[in-house]
Amino acid sequence: MGVKRDARTQEFLDYVQSGGQVETGDWMPDEYRASLVKFIEMHGNSELMGVLPERDWILRAPTLQRKLALTAKIQDEVGHAQLIYRVVEDLGKPRTACLDDLVSGKAKFHNVFHYPTKTWGDVGVIAWLVDAAAIVSQKALLKCSYAPYARIMKKICWEESFHILHGRDVILAMVTGTDEQFGLVQEALDRWWEPLMHFHGNPIPADEDPMYVWRIKSQGNEAARQQFLDGYVPQIRELGLEIPDPALRKDEETETWLYTEPDWDKLRAVVTGHGPASAERLAFRRLSREDVAWVERVVLAEAA
Amino acid sequence: MAHVFEVFRQERKGQAFQHAGSVTAPDERFAEIYAREQYGRRQESVALWLVPREDVHEIDEFPDEFEMKYRRVDGYSIKARLREAREKAGTLETAPGAHATEDE
Repeated sequence: MGVKRDARTQEFLDYVQSGGQVETGDWMPDEYRASLVKFIEMHGNSELMGVLPERDWILRAPTLQRKLALTAKIQDEVGHAQLIYRVVEDLGKPRTACLDDLVSGKAKFHNVFHYPTKTWGDVGVIAWLVDAAAIVSQKALLKCSYAPYARIMKKICWEESFHILHGRDVILAMVTGTDEQFGLVQEALDRWWEPLMHFHGNPIPADEDPMYVWRIKSQGNEAARQQFLDGYVPQIRELGLEIPDPALRKDEETETWLYTEPDWDKLRAVVTGHGPASAERLAFRRLSREDVAWVERVVLAEAA
Repeated sequence: MAHVFEVFRQERKGQAFQHAGSVTAPDERFAEIYAREQYGRRQESVALWLVPREDVHEIDEFPDEFEMKYRRVDGYSIKARLREAREKAGTLETAPGAHATEDE
């Protein structure tokens, strides 16, 4: 990248690039710390904002079993936000500052949580495919150079494992149901395909991606997307669902998935708060923060 | 004022407690509630230890200037000596594995 770094920073960079791991109290370059905070904070924000689209469906879940599973999944995701914000706090940014930056729109959260959910089909697609895409990303964090984050990711990945099964079960129930149910899944897939293709980010070379350079994540954006397509395109197609991209196919020679280039400007607009549900979700988070502010006051006063 | 409590968890009876992460809480009572919620909710633990972070004393320097190899398994090379001893005793031919290698 042609960035000039001092000897100590270069030594640190060589260390993490050769698989070395760092603990909270170890010396680290400011640039590394700032990259960690940015990345991990956005992850925490995404866990917290990610429950809102699903929350809308607790009261509308079709059966009691689905309602319980959905509630448990939401509880897990909020728990992940708690674990992740704790990691950010140890890096120097307090949780309240993270939440302030989230509700003010200064900090980002993942693109897929800026979209509305129209039907129960969307809930299935989110729990199956959005979670599948997220697991691809999260698995690339298990070897994170920042060890406390890597350790917490192990716990998170373990909890995620049922979410994806729950999603797949919802989808399988619908595609084996009535034509109308099948139609709901197909429509949801049509709506979610673009956000899913955006999910792993624009295909910048891994060596130019600071999160890869510092080995915060262990693979580049395009590698993650390829892995997702490899794992899930066949699973989607075998159900008779049609992926809304006529150009999508695997080039057998290069073993690479080819697809219509997603609109990366649109992704940038969505994650900077201009998605179809961005304003509504942030307003809800702001409101619930104000609603529970008294709890924080009471708890802290009582403990003092 | 919130304090940091380190959380150690035991996955099954008889296993060692392992560091799991930490929680922030205004006091021990809330630390317990948060730790239960975040590290025991899914039955992943049979017991938790909560330790105020300032009570954890870390020691992380273990100099080994003299490379005291005699305390380690890799400090001993038995093979050559054993061969010599067997030769002296005339048992080299009948030693376990002696033929397996020579048949090759």
